[in-house]
Amino acid sequence: MASCSFEDVLAKAERDEAEKLKGITVSKELDLEFDPGNLLAFDKNRIDTREFKDCKREDFLRSLARDNTQLLVNEIWKLPTERVEEVLVAKLPDPTTLLPREKPAPKPKPPTKWEQFAKLKGIQKKKKTNLVWDEVHKEWRRRWGYKRAKDDTKEWLIEVPENADPSEHQFNKRNKAKKERVARNEYNRLKNIARAQKIKVPGMGLAPTPRQSKAELAQAVNVAKISTASVGKFQDNLPKEKTPKNTGKKRKFQPLIGDFSSEKQKQLDLLKVMDSKKPRLDVTKAVNKQMREEDMESRHKNKKDFGKKGRRGKMSGKGKAGGKGPKGKGRKPQMKQGKR
Amino acid sequence: LKLDQQVTCSSTRRSKRFLQSREPKLTEGQKSSMIIRGGNSSETVSQALKDVYALKKPNAVLYKRKNMVRPFDDSTALEFFSKKSDCSLFLFGSHNKKRPNNLIFGRMFDFHVLDMFELGIERFVSLRDVKTDTCPEGTKPLLVFAGELFETDREHQRLRNLLTDFFCGPRVSAVRLAGLEHVLHFTALEGKIYMRSYKVLLKKSGCRTPRIQLQDMGPSFDFVMRRNHMASDDLYKTAHRQPRGVKPKKKKNISHDAFGTRLGRLHMQKQDLDKLQTRKMKGLRKRRGEQTAETAAAAAKAPRTDE
Repeated sequence: MASCSFEDVLAKAERDEAEKLKGITVSKELDLEFDPGNLLAFDKNRIDTREFKDCKREDFLRSLARDNTQLLVNEIWKLPTERVEEVLVAKLPDPTTLLPREKPAPKPKPPTKWEQFAKLKGIQKKKKTNLVWDEVHKEWRRRWGYKRAKDDTKEWLIEVPENADPSEHQFNKRNKAKKERVARNEYNRLKNIARAQKIKVPGMGLAPTPRQSKAELAQAVNVAKISTASVGKFQDNLPKEKTPKNTGKKRKFQPLIGDFSSEKQKQLDLLKVMDSKKPRLDVTKAVNKQMREEDMESRHKNKKDFGKKGRRGKMSGKGKAGGKGPKGKGRKPQMKQGKR
Repeated sequence: LKLDQQVTCSSTRRSKRFLQSREPKLTEGQKSSMIIRGGNSSETVSQALKDVYALKKPNAVLYKRKNMVRPFDDSTALEFFSKKSDCSLFLFGSHNKKRPNNLIFGRMFDFHVLDMFELGIERFVSLRDVKTDTCPEGTKPLLVFAGELFETDREHQRLRNLLTDFFCGPRVSAVRLAGLEHVLHFTALEGKIYMRSYKVLLKKSGCRTPRIQLQDMGPSFDFVMRRNHMASDDLYKTAHRQPRGVKPKKKKNISHDAFGTRLGRLHMQKQDLDKLQTRKMKGLRKRRGEQTAETAAAAAKAPRTDE
């Protein structure tokens, strides 16, 4: 008797379970593919076209949708849940359907000059507070930016330091320094961008600007000339163009701590010259100067009188004089007199 | 930021934030869609566009005016719109004698057209015609695709991917169980796609999982497949390439000391100690006999200061 009732109880329990699940069970030939991350379900089963072709198309679709949605909801209810602010919430896994991106993935930016240096030296970024206590205004102010804590351009009183020029405008000096810092920061930012994009930025003065002086143009020409594979060795000169011999530094300075004996000698010579009462006259320089002045005078005179004839005559005369005259150290290159 | 944007730095922080939000990111947010009306469009098409816009609000823009664009011939206009409005999905509706009631679903990658599918509307029931209450704007819908064509046919597979992309909402980590209200059901049969949209009613069943009952809602379409333009395989693969190493965002202002206690920083404003609330602090109260005029005045004032 007892065993019968025990089995009965089990059977009854099973039937109850089945009853309960009857509401939510759906029988399908093929299982659905689920993507709970996207709340997506895909039903691969064949759709009976005969049923579909009947007039009850909407009902057929609705029942199909109901079955599929029921299966999807069953799947979602299996997910782990938690209570967030008195609301029952199911945690979704990552979506499995691969959807294409909107835009290509961002490329990692190359490090800036400072970042490279910091990495090399092992400098760590220190976490700084957002606000700083400003003792003067007695309040918390931001570390940098508008109304910052220590803004030295906004001071109403600046003490003139002892070694400064008393007529110097201290306020203007601070403002100017700030402008310079801003300009330098901007310049470095642009250089960083150029380095990141691997764009070659021309040096100072070589980028074309609306107004370029003769010196800048000459520099640009020279730089262009040596920008070949053999550094300008086989570049022919234009007619009447001279190859500049000393490009770059015009003055060469001795190193600070170099040859002590030569430095001593130089300084002694200087003292001797200063001591001596004789005037130092560079004869060659004087002669050249005189000749040049005479040439200028004669040219101006001829312009008034004749025209081409006079000038031609004078040219030959000048050439001979130029050839005869001594070539001194301080001789400047003659002005060219091309055909006008 | 592009080169010219980097060089001419935007003057305000707000504009800089706006430009940065349009930059490519490691993990992308929800895709916006633009719904465009073509050169000539019938009543059906206009209403259809409005309904889809209602479904996809707020991440959609509707261009109601006529745009003389032919997407299959020249997609530069669409790409321009996409760049201006930062939308990667589009729906273009038009109507002419050769292709009546035409809808083109499409998506972009890097502001160039990736896929485009032209679907003709054969039957359309609008939101207005179905007189039931709709679910709130922005609910993430349940998507169901039925029909073996979606599995076997290559074009249908791509269309399924596109429709998923178009109609799935934002990517969420958790979903409120009671809030699963909207379901979109797509059936593919003999070259036609039937799209139905239902409101989900969760009924009591014997166990924890509820029994589903569906109520007709929303726009329902009977589409017929027309032309399409699918991306080449390598372009499709490039579009799927994901970046490496996506770090989770750190919460700021949380630090831990040696004992494991969680600490944060607060910057206090200056407190006016004269106006400090001392009535309710028993220790600071003077003895009954020693009450001076000052404390009496302070008690009488009793304005509560923010602390």
